[in-house]
Amino acid sequence: MTATAADISADAKNESDKPARPRRSVWRRTNHMLVSYLQAMPLALVLGLFLLLPILTIVMVSFWDYDSVRIYPDFVTFNYTETLGSWVTWKIYLNTFKFTLIVWLLTLFIGFWVAYFLAFHIRSTTMQMVLFLVCTVPFLTSNIIRMISWVPFLGRNGLINSSLIELGIVPKPLEFLLFSEFAVVLAMVHLYTLFMVTPIFNTLMRIDRSLIEAARDAGASGFQILTNVIIPLAKPGIAIGSIFVVTLVMSDFITVRFMSGGQSASVGLMMANQISLLQYPAAAANAVILLIVVLLIVAAILRVVDIRKEL
Amino acid sequence: MHTEKRSREFYILAFFFALFVLFLYGPLSTIFILSFQGPSGGLTFPMNGVSMHWFANLFEQQAVGDFGGSFRRSMILGLMTTAITVVVSLLAGLAFRRRFRGSTFLFYLAISSLVVPSILISLGIGLFFQVLGIRPAWWSSGLGAHLTWTLPFGVLIMFAVFNRFSPAYEEAARDLGANAWQTFRYVVLPMIAPSLIGVGLFGFTLSYDEFARTLMAAGTFNTLPLEIYGMTTNVTTPVLYALGTVTSVFSFLIILVALSAIIIVGRRRARIG
Repeated sequence: MTATAADISADAKNESDKPARPRRSVWRRTNHMLVSYLQAMPLALVLGLFLLLPILTIVMVSFWDYDSVRIYPDFVTFNYTETLGSWVTWKIYLNTFKFTLIVWLLTLFIGFWVAYFLAFHIRSTTMQMVLFLVCTVPFLTSNIIRMISWVPFLGRNGLINSSLIELGIVPKPLEFLLFSEFAVVLAMVHLYTLFMVTPIFNTLMRIDRSLIEAARDAGASGFQILTNVIIPLAKPGIAIGSIFVVTLVMSDFITVRFMSGGQSASVGLMMANQISLLQYPAAAANAVILLIVVLLIVAAILRVVDIRKEL
Repeated sequence: MHTEKRSREFYILAFFFALFVLFLYGPLSTIFILSFQGPSGGLTFPMNGVSMHWFANLFEQQAVGDFGGSFRRSMILGLMTTAITVVVSLLAGLAFRRRFRGSTFLFYLAISSLVVPSILISLGIGLFFQVLGIRPAWWSSGLGAHLTWTLPFGVLIMFAVFNRFSPAYEEAARDLGANAWQTFRYVVLPMIAPSLIGVGLFGFTLSYDEFARTLMAAGTFNTLPLEIYGMTTNVTTPVLYALGTVTSVFSFLIILVALSAIIIVGRRRARIG
């Protein structure tokens, strides 16, 4: 840690200025290499121990055998064949994709316009930051509390139903509001839109305003500016937001369990149920399949948009 | 868009934005109001009188749930996660200023830590500990699970910070005779301090509210979100809302403290600079 980037950049200069002293340069380079490794070591250690090894463990256990009390080291493939051979799995995947698509479209629509409003219609930077914080703060509070907070709204005797009845719009309480797929989608949009707003806002803020002026001078209408200038330039942000939302919804189990009241299913929930029944190898096989599906989707998004230059 | 008169587009979008904010905060404000429900009140409106009954109830001995213990654990876990996240992200941020063998791999590993489904991390860490024969606990496996969630955010923030950090300041410090440590301590650190507080804020709040990754990794004793989740299935009184109000107010306080700290540090720097 003692040698920071100060010597690093100085080193780069040394290398270009004084090629006559290769030995010192080589020594310094290895020295800096060592410093970089030491600085990166804690991160590598934590991620290796709590991300890489656990995932490898899941892959290993997905080939193990189990009964109702414990799991056995083995090499069997029936965890996969059972999962993939069951039509229930396919139906649950279909249901999960349905949630993902609906939530993705809604969060993209809401997230884009919120970010667009903040980036192009708020004139002072302070106001921009304040309004952005207003959007961000709920993200930093408990998801479970935010889910529970829908109950007094949507419940059978909740705010919406009692107002609708009082206004004479419906004769009896609407049952689909809480503990339904509608409630699941609503809660997911509520929880995850922020993940869309932040990266899109970030890319919109970086758009050179003179590009928009130029488009207007060239005679583009507001709509043409939006579709030909702003949206293409916002693509990386849209991609990052989409990756967040898609992976969050694909693996969600708590929102589906709580908001559907057991009426609906998702891949995450299927896994959570297997875990609670101690069917770890089955859950692990499911996890491997889910991971592959999620990574394929992420790869597909990255093929459309190159986000590396964004970072 | 920068015309002097506000366009119709502005008013439509402003209305949309207001609806969005209402959507974000509306539900939270109802449980805030309902937590002051009278002793005979239920989980929904109408209010049956106004009282602090459910807050008092929260701090009494409960038949179900261990609010005090789980709050203490979440607090300690949050502080541990924050400290580790800040230090590790800072070091990683410094490391990523230079290309080294494996830097791309490590960076993508950090990103994938965000993308990998939470339940997978939870299951993986649980199984990993089980296979090794170590009992999972909130301060060991739970801490690791939280770090997989907070570190990527920290690393990304530090990455962005150092991408925009001009090496000219460090060169100037060196020209004035500062050694590497002094350059870091008196030049780099004060300049990135607000971002470090930001990383700390993310670290704490994300850990304090984390649920999915903790589920299988927390061991015997619950963290607060796990406890709240347990309560949703068997508590049917407004005490749940009281708990929600208390933890949300706590989160808001933390955010407020961190933001003030960022502003104060920023002001002080502006005054000196």
